[in-house]
Amino acid sequence: MRKQTTLSKEFIKGIWESNPVLIQLLGLCPTLAVTNAAVNGLAMGMATTFVLLASSVLISLIRKLIPAQVRIASYIVIIATFVTVVDQFLAAFTPDISKALGAFIPLIVVNCLILGRQEAFSSKNNVGRSIVDGLGMGIGFTWVLVLLGSIREILGAGSIFEIAIMPETFNTWLVMILPPGAFLTLGLMIGAANWINEKRSEV
Amino acid sequence: MSLFALFFSAAIVNNFVLSQFLGICPFVGVSKKVDAAVSMGLAVTFVMTITAAVTFLINQFILIPFNLGILQTVSFILVIASLVQLVEMFIKKVSKPLYNSLGIYLPLITTNCAIMGLALFAVAKEYTFIEGIIYALGAGAGFTLALVMMAGIREELELANVPKVFKGAGITMIVAGSLALAFMGFAGMM
Repeated sequence: MRKQTTLSKEFIKGIWESNPVLIQLLGLCPTLAVTNAAVNGLAMGMATTFVLLASSVLISLIRKLIPAQVRIASYIVIIATFVTVVDQFLAAFTPDISKALGAFIPLIVVNCLILGRQEAFSSKNNVGRSIVDGLGMGIGFTWVLVLLGSIREILGAGSIFEIAIMPETFNTWLVMILPPGAFLTLGLMIGAANWINEKRSEV
Repeated sequence: MSLFALFFSAAIVNNFVLSQFLGICPFVGVSKKVDAAVSMGLAVTFVMTITAAVTFLINQFILIPFNLGILQTVSFILVIASLVQLVEMFIKKVSKPLYNSLGIYLPLITTNCAIMGLALFAVAKEYTFIEGIIYALGAGAGFTLALVMMAGIREELELANVPKVFKGAGITMIVAGSLALAFMGFAGMM
């Protein structure tokens, strides 16, 4: 039998070692689409983390009841239910954010990160471990989105979390908040992550 | 908007991959070889068009009359998941060669956000039945175009001297950024 890793390792792996965005390249669509400002990245990260956690808990609880043949369909229905909850919640309490994220809130349902974790982890582990795994992956996803959103907002609009920080004379790089800026910044971040991993393995 | 303008806008100006960020996963995953990219593009276009038709009918005749808008996400994803299954079985029965070339990509399409995105956008923009189908065809054509261009570039990149840390995903993103920059040039046309 496979040796059980410790809970703290399970938690840390989502944040760096197998970071969902930088290393596993999952959930790239929302990562690129909503990060034109740091606050949108944070909102999307938190919404995704909630859906991931809630579906991990439910699926790990009922994993023995779901027949293997229809498991993917069952996972999708469970995920879609929680996405609807988040969608309605954001629309009711934070209409501005709900408007800024638009169709990308219902699209959390097809975020391959969430389905991937259910298939790879929650369907095989107990509730406690699934919560730790979901939390780690969720935080790993969120910090990348916030960092990407911050870089794009600082260079593209001269502000961070809507607070101006760049001097008046700074010419904003409009391209950074447009689609090409998202691809370029994420490409450079993936490169940086690979570089850091390489340096670490040399030591 | 005329139907032609709608098609053109979905395929080029608001390209699903390069300006709306939908379907990035297959864009990164299945863009290593041109022929695989063509197959994936065709499969997606096919499923998109049927999805647009079916989700329009569901929305118009079930969700709206019974005031069930809240079930939109759940019902659309179920429609897409079952459609993909049906299409897979249908193609398997009707055309073996087509099945062999599309086969492995079909299950992947369920979690392709371009399909779900298309269904949601078509409803949000209140397209009619015909407009929805043209929109889907345009979006599919745009997806195929982006995928095939990327695959062509990546085949050449194999021979290029890319810095080690950028090999694979890093350079793909940066090339996609340049492509997106080029596609922004179309923005003024509509």
